Amino acid sequence: MLPMHLSEINLKTDRTNSATKRREEATLKKKSPLQTIGEEQTQNPYTELLVLKAHHDIVRFLVQLDEYRFASAGDDGIVVVWNAQTGEKLLELNGHTQKITAIITFPSLEVCEEKNQLILTASADRTVIVWDCDTGRQVQKVSCFQSTVKCLIVLQRLDIWLSGGNDLCVWNRKLDLLCKTSHLSDTGISALIEIPKNCVVAAVGKELIIFRLVTPTGESLEWDILEIKRLLDHQDNILSLVNINDLSFVTGSHVGEMIIWNILDWTVQARECNFWDPSAQLDTQQEIKLCQKPNDISIHHFTWDEENVFAAVGRGLYVYNLQMKRVIACQKTAHDSSVLHIAKLPNRQLISCSEDGSVRIWELREKQQLAAEPVPTGFFNMWGFGRVNKQASQPVKKQQENATPCSLELIGDLIGHSSSVEMFLYFEDHGLVTCSADHLIILWKNGERESGLRSLKLFQKLEENGDLHLAV
Amino acid sequence: MISAPDVVAFTKEEEYEEEPYNEPALPEEYSVPLFPFASQGANPWSKLSGAKFSRDFILISEFSEQVGPQPLLTIPNDTKVFGTFDLNYFSLRIMSVDYQASFVGHPPGSAYPKLNFVEDSKVVLGDSKEGAFAYVHHLTLYDLEARGFVRPFCMAYISADQHKIMQQFQELSAEFSKASECLKTGNRKAFAGELEKKLKDLDYTRTVLHTETEIQKKANDKGFYSSQAIEKANELASVEKSIIEHQDLLKQIRSYPHRKSKGSALCSAETEPTRDQADQVATTSNPDESADADLYACRPAYTPKLIKAKSAKCFDKKLKTLEELCDTEYFTQTLAQLSHIEHMFRGDLCYLLTSQIDRALLKQQHITNFLFEDFVEGDDRMVEKQESAPPKPSPGRPPSRSPEECPIPQVFISVGSYKSSVESVPIKMEQELGDEEYKEVEVTELSSFDPQENLDCLDMDMKGSVSSGESIEVLGTEKSTSVLSKSDSQASLTVPLSPQVVRSKAVSHRTISEDSIEVLSTCPSEALIPDDFKASYPSAINEEESYADDSEGAIHFQASISPPELAEAEEGSLENTLSQTDSSCCIGKESDSLRVPLSTPAHTLSDPDGVVSSPPQRYRQKDQGFHVDFAGENASPSRDNSSEGFPAFELDPSRLLASRDVSKTSLDNYSDTTSNMSSIASTSSDRTPSSAHPTGPSSERHKKRAGQNALKFIRQYPFAHPAIYSLLSGRTLVVLGEDEAIVRKLVTALSIFVPNHSRHAKPVKHWVSSPLHITDFQKWKLIGLQRVTSPAGAGTLHTLSRYSRYTSILDLDSKTLRCPLYRGALVPRLADHRTHIKRGSTYYLHVQSVLTQLCSKAFLYTFCHHLHLPAHDRETEELLASRRASFLKLNLGLVNEDTKVVQYLAELLKLHYVQEPPGTGHPTLRFDYVPSFLYKI
Repeated sequence: MLPMHLSEINLKTDRTNSATKRREEATLKKKSPLQTIGEEQTQNPYTELLVLKAHHDIVRFLVQLDEYRFASAGDDGIVVVWNAQTGEKLLELNGHTQKITAIITFPSLEVCEEKNQLILTASADRTVIVWDCDTGRQVQKVSCFQSTVKCLIVLQRLDIWLSGGNDLCVWNRKLDLLCKTSHLSDTGISALIEIPKNCVVAAVGKELIIFRLVTPTGESLEWDILEIKRLLDHQDNILSLVNINDLSFVTGSHVGEMIIWNILDWTVQARECNFWDPSAQLDTQQEIKLCQKPNDISIHHFTWDEENVFAAVGRGLYVYNLQMKRVIACQKTAHDSSVLHIAKLPNRQLISCSEDGSVRIWELREKQQLAAEPVPTGFFNMWGFGRVNKQASQPVKKQQENATPCSLELIGDLIGHSSSVEMFLYFEDHGLVTCSADHLIILWKNGERESGLRSLKLFQKLEENGDLHLAV
Repeated sequence: MISAPDVVAFTKEEEYEEEPYNEPALPEEYSVPLFPFASQGANPWSKLSGAKFSRDFILISEFSEQVGPQPLLTIPNDTKVFGTFDLNYFSLRIMSVDYQASFVGHPPGSAYPKLNFVEDSKVVLGDSKEGAFAYVHHLTLYDLEARGFVRPFCMAYISADQHKIMQQFQELSAEFSKASECLKTGNRKAFAGELEKKLKDLDYTRTVLHTETEIQKKANDKGFYSSQAIEKANELASVEKSIIEHQDLLKQIRSYPHRKSKGSALCSAETEPTRDQADQVATTSNPDESADADLYACRPAYTPKLIKAKSAKCFDKKLKTLEELCDTEYFTQTLAQLSHIEHMFRGDLCYLLTSQIDRALLKQQHITNFLFEDFVEGDDRMVEKQESAPPKPSPGRPPSRSPEECPIPQVFISVGSYKSSVESVPIKMEQELGDEEYKEVEVTELSSFDPQENLDCLDMDMKGSVSSGESIEVLGTEKSTSVLSKSDSQASLTVPLSPQVVRSKAVSHRTISEDSIEVLSTCPSEALIPDDFKASYPSAINEEESYADDSEGAIHFQASISPPELAEAEEGSLENTLSQTDSSCCIGKESDSLRVPLSTPAHTLSDPDGVVSSPPQRYRQKDQGFHVDFAGENASPSRDNSSEGFPAFELDPSRLLASRDVSKTSLDNYSDTTSNMSSIASTSSDRTPSSAHPTGPSSERHKKRAGQNALKFIRQYPFAHPAIYSLLSGRTLVVLGEDEAIVRKLVTALSIFVPNHSRHAKPVKHWVSSPLHITDFQKWKLIGLQRVTSPAGAGTLHTLSRYSRYTSILDLDSKTLRCPLYRGALVPRLADHRTHIKRGSTYYLHVQSVLTQLCSKAFLYTFCHHLHLPAHDRETEELLASRRASFLKLNLGLVNEDTKVVQYLAELLKLHYVQEPPGTGHPTLRFDYVPSFLYKI
């Protein structure tokens, strides 16, 4: 027996790979700084998975319904409600004839008798359907849209919801059209958020348009929606738009501009657009070239916590500190291809999923020896000064300017999907749900915890059967 | 004619405990050679010595009122089987030991003929001259044209091996009871139909006669009747009487207590589906008939005919054949059951006993045995299913039978039966009655066991044997093995019975029925005994007394078993028990000194609290439930998940045996293999597609081959240990190779190490050529994968490397293995490449025993409460984890990676136990983030 470390077999098999373009790219870039973690992942808690199969096409959306349920939707037009604990398929909602373009939960009012969980789905068949997720009933259906609704937003305070397509429509809970804007653009609204003072921000192409809702008052009973302002600061199409706190919201564009806006007066608070700056790249010439492809710097998704905004920029991940107004950590090639969705976990962990079919778990760590040892890559510095110095001798000056005080460290990856992972959903108690273009949903679970839960169930059942005899 | 009756040793069933007893001093002239063929060779297996038939068979005979005892048919229906054996002679023998002189007709004091729903009698007899021993099951069928409306029949299982008959008595009895019950139900149906027709005839006749009488009355109104008129009136009166009689008979036959007691549930369970089936047939053929039409409803199409006043003489008419006596559906069912019996008891006694013990022990581990065992599938699921919907076999074919369905093996070795082949017991105790009820019956109904009554019974028995001729030995009857009926479970079966039910049942019972008692009591016992027989009579009593003494001795004997020995026998390893039992059943006739130690395990095993924990009767029923349930599950479209999860096995005979997914395997496959193994063309054997194939001889062959190949693998590959560890710890092993045959062979061999997720299917995929998917790793734990050298195969290899963390890869072409490190102690024991085991089947057994041990460890680990849940609130998770670790290490003696194996099995156990219908749903894919290594030869 000759145990040998096994990367040869990987290499060999990887060479022959031709499954997807992305993967080929990955193979070519074997020597790129894509961080790999190998098979030993002691900090990765997800040691159990359950494959959920119900969709026949790309699954694009996951939405959490309550502590144990979530719904999935995608290009096959069906919505499936799942139990996140058992992976059991609870309901299948059929009603749309084309792919689903937006899904949102519609929280019920406190005063309302009906406690049933409602969800709204918009589809390319130009309809919006309200579903009851407890019964699977189709509550109501609106089909008077001129264009596909691409985003939905619920303003719970006013108990209304807005749909954004080529125009913006305002609806009440009973699905009466309250008011609508004129035709905005043919590309339509790509994102919508609510901001204070009854305003909403819509991303339309390169523009951000602020609308104000006029609510019925004593004078007029009519609802109205007025365009207040257009913000033209972005150079390219805005791909992502999120609220980050009470003071600001953030937008990201196709060419890697990130702008943080004041939520009240809609002025630019900060702007970061050097994600593709060659100076920020430590890599080879080839790498820079790749990165300069616009697709590689488009900002697909944001997530945030109290201090930081996390941005999925191209294949990389960036952490932008709101107070320092600078990028404090980055992982320029976090994945083999575009990062599609990221989420911050409470324990300083960040999860990202990508078109390359993998999900990665990162941890934001502060570089300990930063003051003493300003080396470029925080966690390779343990391998001796000589090597690092040799390598870092040239870019060391740039590094001192750009040196990030923190690092994103890969602590685990989840390999299961065979195609792009579109989105994921994190459940505190049940683990992680990922959905993918391979039509599957995978439920990733903490094996140890599941084992404990099964034991608990087992002894509960034993007790029910009266077979449990505890020795004193 | 009767020179030396080989008969007679009576005992009460309570005393019959298989204890060794000293043979009573029989007068020399009555003693018989105990083992007639012992002189012909020391080899006790040469059982066919002296016998004129080549192997066991079943004989059905009738005591015809016209020609006397005659053989009707044999199963298998092949002259080669019974060869020169004189069936006529043997029919005479077996028919003449029917102790139950059934009484039907006009009982004294009753106006109408009365039907007795008599119980069957079960007798064991031997014919030393013919070298034949038989279990004989007597039954009576009703025939309107027969004398007293009854036709006595018997079914006999004839074997050259006396011990087989004796030791399998209980099983034989249970199985034959099913057949008999089926036959009788069919007969009752046919009889009722016949009665209906007869009634219609009579009614018609009455109408005709009535009109004639009226016409005559009108014709002469002179106030006096012509002789012709009187004759007509008499005729009319007799027709009227006949109608009333027949109506009464019909009422009686219809009121047959269908569920006489819970104990006989097996019979009704047996008949229930057939009834459904029959109903189904009826409804399809006769749509008008309502679904719940009476079982005995006759077809309306019948045109009545006139019955002549004088009925034909008895000998003029041709008696009905057995087929005619019984409803066709039931008759074929019965034949199927009989050929099932023939299958079930095929082979050597040692083999039967061993497999029975094996099964009995496995049933004890019903929580864990799904993991590695093949043939107990679904059994305990069935326990749960039992109460639910009545089993319903697919229409058009009888419920499938199989050796594995044979009643729970009663693990006992009757020492008594070795000692004396000459013993006999008063028959006709209601077997199903538990002890309590039984006693009650005794008290309330009759005191059949006071000595005097005993003598009466004795008389009856002797009378039976008088006619049976010289060489017939009545070896034992139903009650002679009554240890079994004392198992607590059987008692629990009868608990729900109310005393009334018991009593009414007792009334309908043959011996204890009032009619029979009358017979018994009106006939002075002495009068029944022929003079030349009286001499043997006292000796029988002596023998009985000596029995009583012996049973006292037996108690000492049992008590004197030293505790360690007992403990060893109880907890002892499987092999241990097996070997002991083996030897004990092979040895047969040996000296007393040898016999006593051998019987030790037998005693411990036959302890009601021990092995035999459930009544034999239940298993058939459960099995049916299982099959039905199974089919339903697979058919149900709503469970597409489950059917997807374990897709149909390819219909490949070579893989058939590995497959648990029996219901999916086509019948063709069965018949293929059956025809291979069965040397005879039994007409009915085709009708019994046995789902039990995995246990059949070919399954043995499969195991042997799998074991042989596994052994080869272990010897050939130095990295067999980590590969087997992968399988045991639930990490999918992919066997990669170009040659399908080689891959399949190895996959089959390695599949003996794969723990099952449920009873449904082994998570083994023998051959795939498409790229693997993540779901495959969730479903399959052992996959044979085709290596494609063309570019198309690149995808396959790519996915393999992508999912490498979930798999171990055994490359057959380059002889490498890529998998995590293994440093435990368990697998070396399981798969020692220097093992001295040479035979595949032996190795298979070795693997089974090691795995069984492993299962018990997993069981302990899973079901220790404090290992998984805190003993009190303040305990932290860390404390629990350390407790688990130390338990695994110190208590279970597991080192390094062995813990992972037990933990994996524990997860499977938990899942299996918790799942509501156990075995459904998918286990999640569990994995570890551990580095893999590449092993080369």
